[in-house]
Amino acid sequence: MQFSEAWLREWVNPPVDSQQLAHQLTMAGLEVDSIEPAALQFTSVVIGEVVDCQPHPDADRLTVCQVSVGEEKQLQIVCGANNVKAGIRVPTAIEGAELPDNFKIKATILRGIQSAGMLCAATELGLGDQSDGLMILPADAPVGEDIRDYLQLEDTIFEVDLTPNRADCLSIRGIAREVALLNQSHYQSQETPAISIAAEKQHLIQVDEPASCPLYLGRVIENVKPFAVTPLWMQERLRRSGLRSLGAVIDVTNYVLLELGQPLHAFDLDKISGTIHVRFAAKGEKLLLLNDQEIEMSDTTLVIADDEKALALAGIMGGSQSAVSDNTIDLLLECAFFSPKVIMGKARNYGLHTDSSHRFERGVDPELQTHAIEYATQLIISIAGGRPGPIVDVKSEQDLPSGNTILLRRKRLSQVLGQELEDQRVTDILNGLGMSCSIKESGWEVRPPSFRFDVAIEADLVEEIARIHGYDQLPKRQIKMPVELSEYSETAVTLDRLKDILVDRDYQEAITFSFGDSDLLQQFEPELSGLVLKNPISSELSTMRTSLWPGLIQALQYNLNRQQERVRLFESGLKFIRENEELLQNYVLAGAITGTIQPLSWTTENRTVDFFDIKADIEAIFGAGRHKIQFTTGKHPALHPGQTAFVRLDDGAKVGVLGMLHPELEKQLGFDRNVFVFEINLVDTLKRNVPHFEVLSRFPAVRRDLSITVKNNVLADDLVNAILKFEGSLIKNVTIFDVYHGKGVESGYKSVALALILQDKMKTLTDVEIDAIVSGVLVFLEEKFDARLRD
Amino acid sequence: METDLATNSLETMLADAQKAISAAENQHALDQVRVEFLGKKGLFTQQMKKLSKLPIGQRPAAGQLINQAKSQFQNLLESRKQLLSQQELEQRLAAETIDVTLPSRCYTRGGLHPVTHTLRRIQSILGSAGFKVETGPEIEDDFHNFEALNIPDHHPARAMHDTFYFDQHTLLRTHTSPVQVRVMQNQKPPLRVIAPGRVFRCDSDLTHSPMFHQVEGFMVDDDVSFADLKGLLYDFLRAFFERDVDVRFRPSYFPFTEPSAEVDIECVICNGDGCRVCSHTGWLEVLGCGMIHPHVFESVNIDSDEFTGFAFGMGVERLAMLRYGINDLRLFFENDLRFLSQFN
Repeated sequence: MQFSEAWLREWVNPPVDSQQLAHQLTMAGLEVDSIEPAALQFTSVVIGEVVDCQPHPDADRLTVCQVSVGEEKQLQIVCGANNVKAGIRVPTAIEGAELPDNFKIKATILRGIQSAGMLCAATELGLGDQSDGLMILPADAPVGEDIRDYLQLEDTIFEVDLTPNRADCLSIRGIAREVALLNQSHYQSQETPAISIAAEKQHLIQVDEPASCPLYLGRVIENVKPFAVTPLWMQERLRRSGLRSLGAVIDVTNYVLLELGQPLHAFDLDKISGTIHVRFAAKGEKLLLLNDQEIEMSDTTLVIADDEKALALAGIMGGSQSAVSDNTIDLLLECAFFSPKVIMGKARNYGLHTDSSHRFERGVDPELQTHAIEYATQLIISIAGGRPGPIVDVKSEQDLPSGNTILLRRKRLSQVLGQELEDQRVTDILNGLGMSCSIKESGWEVRPPSFRFDVAIEADLVEEIARIHGYDQLPKRQIKMPVELSEYSETAVTLDRLKDILVDRDYQEAITFSFGDSDLLQQFEPELSGLVLKNPISSELSTMRTSLWPGLIQALQYNLNRQQERVRLFESGLKFIRENEELLQNYVLAGAITGTIQPLSWTTENRTVDFFDIKADIEAIFGAGRHKIQFTTGKHPALHPGQTAFVRLDDGAKVGVLGMLHPELEKQLGFDRNVFVFEINLVDTLKRNVPHFEVLSRFPAVRRDLSITVKNNVLADDLVNAILKFEGSLIKNVTIFDVYHGKGVESGYKSVALALILQDKMKTLTDVEIDAIVSGVLVFLEEKFDARLRD
Repeated sequence: METDLATNSLETMLADAQKAISAAENQHALDQVRVEFLGKKGLFTQQMKKLSKLPIGQRPAAGQLINQAKSQFQNLLESRKQLLSQQELEQRLAAETIDVTLPSRCYTRGGLHPVTHTLRRIQSILGSAGFKVETGPEIEDDFHNFEALNIPDHHPARAMHDTFYFDQHTLLRTHTSPVQVRVMQNQKPPLRVIAPGRVFRCDSDLTHSPMFHQVEGFMVDDDVSFADLKGLLYDFLRAFFERDVDVRFRPSYFPFTEPSAEVDIECVICNGDGCRVCSHTGWLEVLGCGMIHPHVFESVNIDSDEFTGFAFGMGVERLAMLRYGINDLRLFFENDLRFLSQFN
């Protein structure tokens, strides 16, 4: 909320300056976002009266004016505005004046005519955002007076960021109450003006929904003056509150809303047919609003209607058809209390947000309506004349909020705050807040005032007391430290550990958005349809990721486009997959690498990364959990069919996939180099096997090398596993130390060199025993894989 | 005389040997000299053999002479050997001398994202006070993200959260507070939990990212007060910034806590003097917190007469920006290596 400090100080004027006031409000929970001067700095602008006005002899658009600026001083000023005429009073910048933006006024000659100053428009003084020519002042504006004094521009505009619970502060009156309490100063409450009824006319009002509208006040004011002009002081206050002047009657309703916090609405009586009804809209009923937006209403929308049609969205915005205008003669003033429940969310549903809906959905003081309508009536009459009729008062007492009595337990108060406050202090704070309270044995019985409808339970009172007592006055205490030993599980690997492994292996951690472009996601996971946001920021961020690869690949491209040659990224996070009716949020770790194995270096051969590099990274990750894993030939639509592997745990469960991006996809994405990626399921990876000791053999191990040729399609893992399965008790380990194609090996075949490590637990193996085992292996491999011993 | 002859030939031999030793340029040549003189058929051996041809009376003296010459020879040989190995070592050292200023084999290391660095710091500081990490889903339902946190449908507080929706009841969590609800539904007090994670708001500009990270923390026990909350956060912020920063608690409003507070620290950029970062207030808002609202306890069936608790939430990127002086929120998700590698 934005307001003028001078206006506030009319209500309460504590001996603190603007900065101190702002600090007080902030520390009381009404956060002051900014304090700004009410007007830009300018000097030497006085009220001038245009006494004579003649066309410029040499310029069609210019006028030569004689301007009186007081004490019989008269200036000749050349003016370009088209609303200039003799008799008006306007702000006049005299020679030597400095206007905002360093605009200096000097005596000059315009097309041969002397000009000793400038007649000003509101925008030229920073007092308005649109220009309708000169700023015409009231006819009684004292000629010669400094305009800053006249308009009381030495004022400050406060912008307060109010939290949704403090709707009671959405007015000058509300802020003033708070300021008075914080300063223990006197707060000037308003007397309800006594309006003398000058007309008979009462308009019929029928409230069909008393629970939604427990109180509706209506008053006819007849014969108001058309085109009445809002006094400048009121226009200025509206401006300083962020509102534009829209005509006298509307300005008054806005003014009362700002000052008291009670929204009002005025209808043009001529446009109403018959009785006013407060009812729910028929489903699909249409209404053209004041802002020229036509809405189709739902049947939970409360409207103000006449016998024929809806006139206004209750508590939110009036209709354009029944709106008051400068031509309105007779009007119906509405001042109601709508239940917050019926207004909440409605404005938003229609894409609206108004000062009225903002207040009604948070709540207004249910005891304020009579005062507000009388005050508004008084202001309208004083500005636009008219004859007020009696107030028609439709009230459903039982539906009005009654306020309840809350018990504040002394023990609870000190338990929550961590400090015991003196009873008197608590009572004083409660009374200061306008709460009536009586002390009971266990605490206080409290009745909040009608304007503190947000205070409903004990916790609300605890907060109020803490707030007024001052959070900085409350003690600090160190929490009791836990005495249990912290759990340190050996059966789990932390994600931190896995990240550290990747970092040590030269990966950089990336964080990409959890949503992406659905087309790009489709390119990577064509069989999965991602969950789509109803209200995305953009189509590039519209679909929940079904894979972490697209985000990483985009980050990779981003860096390649910025002259990076080697990029190695990983990310951990959720991916989102719909399986049947179920939504899976799977925790995965993924990586993408491209470029050389090392940065440019003088030392070694520096080849580009390949499948076996990224495979090593996967082994390192699973190594942290002592997992025995297998890599099996795999298929993935985004990967090269000949360079894709699944990662499987001992039990065969698939926990990851790795490989080279499919050349087609690489082409589509515009890569001129190979990219390798992996993605592994974190849930399984974060488990860890506890080591189990095995007795050491005291006898030496022996190595025997075998070089065999097999068909190209025989898998290395199959060879190794077969040997271990065949003779696993004595062959402890099989290592492939060479794979060779080419000269000396038949086409379609490969030569594989295997190192077998043999060891017995009970004895030293003899050459005879070893030879027998190795021969047995060879025969077995020949049978199973058609393997030949290579000469 | 035989003996003179012998003496003469010994002297000549020794002179020859000396020449040969000096001429030997390496261990191998030197060894050949050794063999030439001391080997089975070596010159000294031949001399010894000649002894037997001398009369018995002359033999000891002649033998002694030969042995003296031999020993002289061996000394010469040994010193030449040492000299040669010294030279060889020096040559080897010279040959093996490298430019130690050449770059290493450069097995480079990557690095963690600054958000992860910050999260780890938060987790270890609070972990030392017994707070355990819990996580929850990012696609949440209305109940856990709003209802259970005392934010009913159409509540104006919902306008504070620009929520991404999938349908009426399914959304991207707008804060990590739903984890608080999930933990309290499934575990009994006493509880000390922190919940780090991604959160989402439908807002994107210079100072807002549609995705960012939060850490929610909460503690529930039979005697937890606002004073405990103040004490913990005060200590936490000083530990996090490793400075004795001023900390202030300001009343605020969150539907799921009451009393609620926003926590400001003295601006770490200007030390409270006022600068662009703190909008010239000298204070930076870093945390929201409060005592867990009785309605929240009610929604997870915890008796609020028996237990009290506090909760707090902080924005990780904001803390990282302040800690490391990062001036643009968007950098966090561009994944530019020039940015990321600064935190390695």
